[in-house]
Amino acid sequence: MEAVAEDTGLERTIAAEYREQRADREPGWVGRIRRTGMERFREAGFPTVREEAWKYTNVAPFVKIPYQAAPRERETFARSPLPLPAGAGAQIVVVNGRYAPELSSVGLLTGGLEVASLADAIATRPDVIEARLATIARDGNAFADLNSAFLEDGVFVRIPASTVVAEPIHMVFLSEPVFGPTVSHPRNLVIAEAGSQAAIVETFLGTAGEPYFTNAVTEIVLEDGAILDFSKLEREGDAAFHVATTAVSVGRNANFTSHSISLGGALARNDLNVRLDAEGADCTLNGLFLGNGRQLLDNHTLIDHARPHGTSRELYKGILDGKSRGIFHGKIIVRPDAQKTDAMQTNKNLLLSREALVNSEPALEIFADDVKCRHGSTIGQLDAAAMFYLRSRGIGEDEARNLLVYAFASDVASRIRVAPLRELVERQLGLRLPGGGA
Amino acid sequence: MALLEIRNLHARVGGNEILRGVDLTVDAGEVHAIMGPNGSGKSTLAHVLAGRPGYEVTDGQVLFRGQDLLAMTPEMRAREGVFLAFQYPVEIPGVSNVYFLKNALNAVRKHRGLPELDAFDFLSLVKERAKLVEIDEELVKRPVNEGFSGGEKKRNEIFQMAILDPTLAILDETDSGLDIDALRIVASGVNSLRTPERAMIVVTHYQRLLNYIVPDFLHVLVEGRIVREGGKELALELEEKGYAWLEKEPPAKAGAAALTAG
Repeated sequence: MEAVAEDTGLERTIAAEYREQRADREPGWVGRIRRTGMERFREAGFPTVREEAWKYTNVAPFVKIPYQAAPRERETFARSPLPLPAGAGAQIVVVNGRYAPELSSVGLLTGGLEVASLADAIATRPDVIEARLATIARDGNAFADLNSAFLEDGVFVRIPASTVVAEPIHMVFLSEPVFGPTVSHPRNLVIAEAGSQAAIVETFLGTAGEPYFTNAVTEIVLEDGAILDFSKLEREGDAAFHVATTAVSVGRNANFTSHSISLGGALARNDLNVRLDAEGADCTLNGLFLGNGRQLLDNHTLIDHARPHGTSRELYKGILDGKSRGIFHGKIIVRPDAQKTDAMQTNKNLLLSREALVNSEPALEIFADDVKCRHGSTIGQLDAAAMFYLRSRGIGEDEARNLLVYAFASDVASRIRVAPLRELVERQLGLRLPGGGA
Repeated sequence: MALLEIRNLHARVGGNEILRGVDLTVDAGEVHAIMGPNGSGKSTLAHVLAGRPGYEVTDGQVLFRGQDLLAMTPEMRAREGVFLAFQYPVEIPGVSNVYFLKNALNAVRKHRGLPELDAFDFLSLVKERAKLVEIDEELVKRPVNEGFSGGEKKRNEIFQMAILDPTLAILDETDSGLDIDALRIVASGVNSLRTPERAMIVVTHYQRLLNYIVPDFLHVLVEGRIVREGGKELALELEEKGYAWLEKEPPAKAGAAALTAG
């Protein structure tokens, strides 16, 4: 007989660690964010499959694991190689949820660009942080609340008004469990001030084969006329549990582009919530998820058209092999005030094995009458006619398969503007598949 | 040894028997036309020779340069020198013609023990062959067949053939859907690829194409069997009389045997 679940392993360690947090050093407003987060988390608890937003994503096996915060003292080197060449831009590395200055290069930034540890920024720039932190991810899920409850460190980026940052800024989140399963709650804040332009790549990765839990929240503000190209590369270890909320507020005539690439983790859940908060705000959300083995990759996106003349374009593609499962849930809300909204959403999925599975759910809630909203979704297998066509020209079966998979994903991959990331994704498309050579 | 020898070929598609005993011998340098009414099995024959999955051979034998063609995968047949120009070329968005063809050509060259072509040599080959079949070089850089007109798709098939340099080219209704100008261009491309080493099988429903690609032999396929064989003049007879008068014909070979016996 199965015992009735009381506290999960994770809930026990959470309770203990929350009590131990040293609240004396933090400003009162941070304490309030943490307390509110904890209260809301305690009220809601971990989501179950009975909740609509989690019906395909069962976190129960993961929250049984008593993940613990990594010790503050750790080895001074990271064992996992960083996936992207740092380039000439700023690179900030967070290991097990804490800023790792020795791996970061944020010293000499030009033009007033700020890239720093959030903990440092809370201490030195409270005026800038307090006004924004926890205001964008304000109604997140229980995991985002939990992240708030353990808010301590992460990355702070401020792109000054009217500044164009030429080189991409890299934010790297590395998990390296030392003594058993580890949890981290990185919290990030990006402020793209009026008229600024920049590209940011957020990468999550960690030790293969080790269970760990990354529970991240990234809040992004685009002030009026800002342009931000934001990529997320989720490349966690194969035993990892990854949950992240990216909450974005897009200002007047500002332009937000995201590229969400999900490759790793045993379970990865990405929530991307974009609010078009002012007239003429524009967003483009591209996504690619490549599942294999028994992976579960869950993408929930929400585009909230709150004001008139907003444009949103969304294209997510999933490629599922082995016994993996993919989920795309794309909600678009058009508020009564958001006349002249133009929204288009597309989700296409490719199943490479009989046992792979995908759920594709568009959800449109339209409360304005003068709007243009289109959505489409497909699930299919490799086109047998195309396979035969390629093979009839001498191309081997495996290579033909790789070519078609590559072709399926190429429009999403080719939109990635940060070249090293695009190349990594293109390589990955070939590598992940059976017979795909290096 | 004949280049291609088809003996008593029977094949099924989706449970229906389409080919019911086809015999055909093709020698190097020859052009054979196969004509027949819709549903007679012409395209099935073309696809069986190219190895399309789902086309099940139930009896008979096909030898290509003395080797068992039916035992080979589609890619192996291509590398050995068999080429099928599709009636309905497939669109592959996201893969450029050039990339696709370079991979195909190098797979073929590797199999033939030739060194792979680098990008430079490949592009000069592309330039030269594109001229031969009058295909716009810009078209060659675009994704495979995507957004091509019917004529452009057919020209692209002949262009691929020009690049891959097959020993046996099978043209499956290459004329269908082409206006007279496009037909002329495609046919002159094909004619420029006629060599003493290369054989062609031209599958068509209409005699029109054979004004431009003049065959050495013509075979009429009805209900999965070849019922009539002759030279190019047979095409004119078919043009005049249609196919109906042949539909009650016994198979050509059986007919010949009966004649001998009589």
